[in-house]
Amino acid sequence: MNTVAENLFIDVKVDAAVAADPAVAKKLVEACPVDIFAAKDDGTLDIVTKNLDECVLCNLCVDAAPAGTVDVIKLYE
Amino acid sequence: MRFFEYESREIVKREGIPVTDFGFVTSADEAREVAERIGGPTVIKSQVLTGGRMKAGGVQFADTPEEAAKHAEDILKLEINGHMPRGVLVDPKAAVKQEYYAGVVWDGIRKKPVMLFSDMGGIDIEEVAEKHPDHVGRGHLSNLMDPPEFRAKEVIAQTGVTGRQLQRLTPILAQLARVFVKYDMTLAEINPLVELEDGTFVALDAHMDMENEARPRQKAILKDLGVGDEETREAREATPFEIAGEEVDAMDHRGVAGNVTEFDGNLGLVIGAGGGSLTLFDAVRKYGGEPANYCEIGGNPSVAKACGLAKLVLSKPGVDKIAVMMSIVSNTRVDIVARGVIKACLELGFDPAEKIAIFRIPGAWEDEGYKILEKYGVEYCDRSVSMHEAAKRAVEKIQGVAA
Repeated sequence: MNTVAENLFIDVKVDAAVAADPAVAKKLVEACPVDIFAAKDDGTLDIVTKNLDECVLCNLCVDAAPAGTVDVIKLYE
Repeated sequence: MRFFEYESREIVKREGIPVTDFGFVTSADEAREVAERIGGPTVIKSQVLTGGRMKAGGVQFADTPEEAAKHAEDILKLEINGHMPRGVLVDPKAAVKQEYYAGVVWDGIRKKPVMLFSDMGGIDIEEVAEKHPDHVGRGHLSNLMDPPEFRAKEVIAQTGVTGRQLQRLTPILAQLARVFVKYDMTLAEINPLVELEDGTFVALDAHMDMENEARPRQKAILKDLGVGDEETREAREATPFEIAGEEVDAMDHRGVAGNVTEFDGNLGLVIGAGGGSLTLFDAVRKYGGEPANYCEIGGNPSVAKACGLAKLVLSKPGVDKIAVMMSIVSNTRVDIVARGVIKACLELGFDPAEKIAIFRIPGAWEDEGYKILEKYGVEYCDRSVSMHEAAKRAVEKIQGVAA
């Protein structure tokens, strides 16, 4: 088995301040239909790398967070 | 799904086709009781879903009930081609004057049932068709209309059968055709269908296969026969490759990526969508391709699931390339499948551009999918290229590799 990046097609960047806010983190966890976001024990945001390529480009995370704080990046563009 | 002989004979019996006074049993004592009831010489037949019973010793003749019990005891322990018997069928030994063959099978080319009849029964119809083609009559019928008796008569008459035999055999073949349609069969055959010394006609053996997808429609008959939902009754046991396909499909609830059937060709197929998989499989074969597998993908599987299916197919020994193709236009997201199959190639250390002979999935999110395919250099086509043309291109590509 070759070692390739877990996410080949999609990456997600979240502003550090937003990621540290448990309230926004909770919203992102609830919004994503493919479980890209999870909450750490302290409530801050964790990004589940192995699920990134499952992103369906719905932009629900972008809408759930304050404007301009979540960026869905297509690695193939 | 296949039926055991005793079930097939029960079906023909309940539909009015004459059969002998047989009994299905699962113990030697029960076999003795049936033989006593019959009151004469009997035949004891292993009930297994495989051929070659006679050669393996799974069919024995008995003159007394004690002998019938002894044969039943032996046959119940006898494994045939890896199958243990479900039970044994105890049948009166018939005084046969003439053996015939009557069958109805699904003609996949004409997309219609076809009635078959031969005046040379008791042996494989394929062998008769090859060595004595003039002894096989054929005639297609509609699977929507009630099969007319004159069509059955025409089929029988093709073999030279006339007179009283023709009159007696006609309603049996016509009724068998009705059974075929009524129970969604893919095969219904009576072999041999015999004329006894006393001039009567009976079905001495029957073999039936039902369309697997018809099981929900045919719950009543399956319940009557005691066929449980857990019984797959497939023609053969699933291979490890096919079992692995089921595991891929079961990995999450999203979409379908499975129903894998193994073949021994070199072109792996990741195909599907609304019957497209069947069309595409046939198209590959039409252009001289040798599929390594059949499968079904659609309904928006996850990327991981599409990747799992593609990896399974790519890992199959002898697979040189895969063709990723779907129906005319698909609701399954093109970009999701593209991600899955490209990821599969990369994780296995293959260059997607080399390994994917063609990618033809027109439909939802295709522009996004095409961007991904372009980045990895995979040849793709849109709906302006027919399924047949895409299959042809895949075959040409793999034949170029073989050359």
